[in-house]
Amino acid sequence: MTLLGPSGCGKTTFLKIVGGLISASSGTIQINGRDVAEPQPDFGVVFQQANLMPWRSILKNVLFPMEILRRSDSAATLRAKELLALVGLEGFEQSYPSQLSGGMQQRVALCRALIHKPKLLLMDEPFGALDELTRMEMQDLLLDIRVKTGATVMFVTHSISEAVYISDIVAVFSKRPSVIADYIVVDLPYPRAAEIRYSAEFTDLEHRAGRALGITR
Amino acid sequence: MTFRDVRNTIYPVVGITIVLLGWQLYTHLLGINRIVLPSPLDILSASIANWDVLLRESWPTFLESVLGFALAVAIGIPFAVCVANSRVLNLTFYPILIATQSIPKVAVAPIILVWFGLGMQSKLVIAFLVAFFPIVVDTAAGMRATPAGLLDLARSLRASSIQVFLKVQFPAALPFIFAGAKVAVTLAVIGAVIGEFIGSVGGLGNLLLTANSQLDSPLAWAALIWLSGLGILLFAAVAIAERIVMPWSEIGHH
Repeated sequence: MTLLGPSGCGKTTFLKIVGGLISASSGTIQINGRDVAEPQPDFGVVFQQANLMPWRSILKNVLFPMEILRRSDSAATLRAKELLALVGLEGFEQSYPSQLSGGMQQRVALCRALIHKPKLLLMDEPFGALDELTRMEMQDLLLDIRVKTGATVMFVTHSISEAVYISDIVAVFSKRPSVIADYIVVDLPYPRAAEIRYSAEFTDLEHRAGRALGITR
Repeated sequence: MTFRDVRNTIYPVVGITIVLLGWQLYTHLLGINRIVLPSPLDILSASIANWDVLLRESWPTFLESVLGFALAVAIGIPFAVCVANSRVLNLTFYPILIATQSIPKVAVAPIILVWFGLGMQSKLVIAFLVAFFPIVVDTAAGMRATPAGLLDLARSLRASSIQVFLKVQFPAALPFIFAGAKVAVTLAVIGAVIGEFIGSVGGLGNLLLTANSQLDSPLAWAALIWLSGLGILLFAAVAIAERIVMPWSEIGHH
């Protein structure tokens, strides 16, 4: 599911409330009938910045959540290596973040968010700082990872095509004061590949989201 | 050795050579009295002739500086960590720290000598006092400069405050701590010499003062050079420690 909206509409705030990082001024969030008012260890978070620790090797960065959760063992190390291989970073385990490009760092951040097998992955404009080509690669990678891990993803973006491409559902936020302007069910078939971006259905969905955002008629 | 290594070695050497050559020519050609300004060669020969004295007097100054600095690190870093993480402690102690820092240490030195005597302890205390402030200020700044994203990440995993401190805050503050330590270690040498100037029975500061009073300018200058050598040595030691503790800082930042 993707939260799509203009900057400043509160979609990041909403995501942080879901993640328990800030508390809602009113109302409650329920997930599977459970109130979430504080961070849940079975959530994974990816931010706009990779937020890697420059003093840790790539492998140790990925293992960070396991250390905090006191589940750091050889199985965890093995899984970290598998995840790194999955995102195409095999052989970079002992490198340091400063040796990696922005896209590679964001892939490490993705591995770190997945290391403890979260049921829900919260992603706050994770590809926003990347160039267009890297961004499209990362979107395909995310679709792939969703299939392989079975995690639910809540994704924040202000890119219409990104929202349509990667989602089952797009919730469109309006400008402040924000309301959910549209709730779009994306019924494009899987597996999705870049060609689908040029299909009529895809363009129609983009149009609909654009109308909800008030930028097209 | 790469070209960059060669360049990085040659340029400073060329710079120093130019200064020394100009100095030598100036004193030689204008016939400057060596009591007023000894030539580099005068200083060199005084340094060679008195190497045993210089070495012997370096030892107490070295110890005073290093122990004063070590004490400043041992007390300053935990103090800064407490002050940076507790609003109450910050409000209670930081103003006192700023107030005491604004007192000139040279003015306090005679009082310290009254308390701790003419021996090494008084110099050690003065070295500690001057080294303490930069360590506390930089460590506290480093503690507060932890990237917000890393703190969010730790919080999303419900990390305990001990885990946040050990695994996030402290390593993130290390560059700040070492920046403070580099300033502090050179200040510690100055602190020790101030103490020796006010009153002492040994040390390079004492030797400098004695040589000066006997109009033995070449020896006084030799003591000065050794002092700066001591400062450079201690600075280099901290810089090497930084590289050992933070090997990642060398990567990708040339």
